[in-house]
Amino acid sequence: MRLITVAGPPSAGKTSVILKLAEALDFENGKMGVVKFDCLTSFDHFRYEEKGIPVKTGFSGKLCPDHFFVSNIEGSVNWGLRSGFQLLITESAGLCNRCSPYIRGVLSICVIDNLSGINTPRKIGPMMKMADIVTVTKGDIVSQAEREVFAFNIRQVNPSAKIIFINGITGQGATILAKQVQNAEEITSLRDSRLRFTTPAAVCSYCTGETRIGEEYQMGTMKKMEFEGDQV
Amino acid sequence: MSFETYMAWVLTTPLNQIIAQHPVCHDFFQNLRIGELHTELTLEDALSHVDSELFQEFGVEKHDVLREFCEFLTVFGRGAEEGVRVKKVTILGGTDKAGASEVTEWSVSVGEIISVVGPTGSGKSRLLADIECLANEDTPTGRKILIDGRALSDEERFDMEGRLVAQLSQNMNFVMDLTVREFLEMHARSRMSKNMEHTVQRCYEQANELAGEKFGWDVKVTQLSGGQSRALMIADTAYMSASPIVLIDEIENAGIDRRKAIDILARKEKIVLISTHDPLLALRADKRIVIKNGGVSRMIDTSLEEKLCLEEVEKLDGVLYGMRECLRRGGELKRELLVK
Repeated sequence: MRLITVAGPPSAGKTSVILKLAEALDFENGKMGVVKFDCLTSFDHFRYEEKGIPVKTGFSGKLCPDHFFVSNIEGSVNWGLRSGFQLLITESAGLCNRCSPYIRGVLSICVIDNLSGINTPRKIGPMMKMADIVTVTKGDIVSQAEREVFAFNIRQVNPSAKIIFINGITGQGATILAKQVQNAEEITSLRDSRLRFTTPAAVCSYCTGETRIGEEYQMGTMKKMEFEGDQV
Repeated sequence: MSFETYMAWVLTTPLNQIIAQHPVCHDFFQNLRIGELHTELTLEDALSHVDSELFQEFGVEKHDVLREFCEFLTVFGRGAEEGVRVKKVTILGGTDKAGASEVTEWSVSVGEIISVVGPTGSGKSRLLADIECLANEDTPTGRKILIDGRALSDEERFDMEGRLVAQLSQNMNFVMDLTVREFLEMHARSRMSKNMEHTVQRCYEQANELAGEKFGWDVKVTQLSGGQSRALMIADTAYMSASPIVLIDEIENAGIDRRKAIDILARKEKIVLISTHDPLLALRADKRIVIKNGGVSRMIDTSLEEKLCLEEVEKLDGVLYGMRECLRRGGELKRELLVK
């Protein structure tokens, strides 16, 4: 089975890109599945079900979405193998723009949209930097110049990524993405595979339910800002 | 220069010399939030003065920064300005929606204008999509696209990264909150333009010539009128964009000098495909292709008779233009305007 990870800010068009990719791949129903990692709620499963694509949705709830991803990815792969998929896609929103659910040896795609501000590619962390492919959506509503500057800013952060423009409505560009996906490596297990990047560190009193504010309630991994006039 | 050559250069050259040659390097360090580097040192030495915790936040180690910097130089030093050079695009026909064969082979060369006609939903966008992805019998139409007479390998196809086609359509907008000057400079910078000031100036002048109403350097691009935006987009595509193929979708009512717009683009050695039903534009093209049910059903060379028609159409257009101008200036229409 091939596994690919798709990440990107909320509403960038991840689901639309995956659906257009599915069309371009022209699989029979049931040959491809999607696991959607989300935080609180999601409506994307309706869109997958409409197209006959099996989908599982998981909500991280109060946990860091990256931690949630890494502790559930093996289960997802096993589900995919049991279901006999040729392709399993995981979809997750990089909610703090640092998330990076990318695994070494697994094709990694970052989806970002042209409306999200010209410097956005430079503000997104490992999710952009560590991707093999950066897919840009919503290019049909901005000027050619803006598309070019946007691509330039992506290349600055990730010079080696392939940049593919995709129109999530017409599917223009999806053929090229499909070609890349067809060349992705086959996997049978993720046991002992490694993430491309560490998940955000989070072991502190607030992780375990503390809500009170004040030095005496803070324990674990903390990071302090420096302000002029602070007593050290 | 290759990655290895850059690496050798970076290892032995003080950083300030590298930055002087490639100002874009500033962005690389900015992206990593490294502000105060000792640029009189080589990058390797300068990095040893930087707190390594900072790198961890970006998921890199010091030696990665060195490698990534050389990758960055390789990509940006490749001369983005050159862009993709294409002299001729050949389309080997596939099938239409009913599976019938379309016109088997046709080509477009640099400087040529092709108009594309056909009802909405007939497959005009599909044609463009096929050209953009350099279809190799792997899209629904089964078309095959040749560049300068040959099919490209998959690797070459990806290398084009959508840089082949620039698109201009009615529903495109500016979303950046920048003035005209900032906007043009930003685009020129991303193109690694060598003669930035000159290019920006040319672009601005052309845009103003195309637009019905003039606009200044310090207007926000988001505040331009529909016609002004369109004019700026066209001038920008002609003078700054690297893409050799331009597709223009319906500019009939944009309030710009359409004839001049097309001329500028064709003169800039681009291949122009224009989807239009406006006789003024359709007849100005060298050829037009007719799309029907998803396939190219005819190719028509603009005939002598059509060229003669064009002269009449231009006169009519001149009359309309005159009336529009008169109304714009607050004048009253006179019947003699009709028989110009």
